[in-house]
Amino acid sequence: MRVIYRDQQWEFNETMTVRQLVERVGLLPGTVLALRNGKLITEDQVVRPDDEIKLIAIVSGG
Amino acid sequence: MRCSKCHATAVINMRQHKLALCEEHYLEWFLQYTQRTIEKYQMATPEMRLLVAVSGGKDSLALWDVLLRLGYQADGMYIDLGIDEGLGYSQHSREKAEHFAAQHPAARLIVISIPELYGESIAQVAARRRRSGGPCSVCGLIKRHEMNRAALEGGYHLLATGHNLDDEAAVLFGNVLHWQTGYLLRQGPVLPADGEGLARKVKPFCRFYERETLAYTLLRGIDYIYDECPFAVGATSIAHKAILEQMETQSAGTKRQFYLGFLQAREEGLFRASEEERPVLHPCERCGQPTTAPGLCAFCRLWEQEP
Repeated sequence: MRVIYRDQQWEFNETMTVRQLVERVGLLPGTVLALRNGKLITEDQVVRPDDEIKLIAIVSGG
Repeated sequence: MRCSKCHATAVINMRQHKLALCEEHYLEWFLQYTQRTIEKYQMATPEMRLLVAVSGGKDSLALWDVLLRLGYQADGMYIDLGIDEGLGYSQHSREKAEHFAAQHPAARLIVISIPELYGESIAQVAARRRRSGGPCSVCGLIKRHEMNRAALEGGYHLLATGHNLDDEAAVLFGNVLHWQTGYLLRQGPVLPADGEGLARKVKPFCRFYERETLAYTLLRGIDYIYDECPFAVGATSIAHKAILEQMETQSAGTKRQFYLGFLQAREEGLFRASEEERPVLHPCERCGQPTTAPGLCAFCRLWEQEP
């Protein structure tokens, strides 16, 4: 699966929950929301190798 | 995870409320909870004219959207601070505000350009005045002054800002760390229009976590400026948010308890200003807005040339 966060990208070929994915890329679960193929999903959702996941930072603007 | 109301797939889980909701019920809950906050703190009534301070970011655009959907007479105000830093930050954020306004013809967007009105961007003013705190302290001062001016000149009953619970908890954390008792006294969801020349200010999103305002913005398809302000990188308030988030991860509801517990304690009289602590306000000799010292206010002094 392709994971996008700000200007960073990762590729994973495993099945895992959103929470595990967020921790895997070194972020706190409360600091991002996850979109799967453009749809908002909760952190217990299972994501698979063919998914595209976009992590949206909660803190933005200024 | 399933929606607590209809058992459809949830789009958000709010651990501090023990509540998971699907898209339809989340959007409905978000509106109702905003209205309950407005009523709880007696912020506004439907006949009032509101001016929403819009930055182009998610919170302020979401607030404008919610207030319009709740039927309030809400106009927007965008302040162009001339922040570029090679990124065109102000230009992009202004486009987001204008784009939203164009989709809501019943609402009006007031745009105030600081470089056009006063001849300098905030970075230029900060460099010339060599203020401690740099562009961020100048930014806060200019925004407070211009928001107040626009609200009073436009005849608005109150000024609404998109501050969320994370913003308020981070400010509270900083104020407690430094025991800023004066700031603690004044921090709240409503800043009353004390005396002449000060608009009433309200924060209808003060009970939402920042992730909740983001979820609302994403689900409503509101186009907002995602990048952080280039001057906010490394800001203390962002560091305080990160610390509070770590505590929230360990124990859900920590941020909510910290901030709402403070409001409750304040209401019960934990913090009281003595008469000596109450600042005496004088009208600024130039702009007429209240200031603590006689003469020019801090905003008008910004534009004075160095001797």
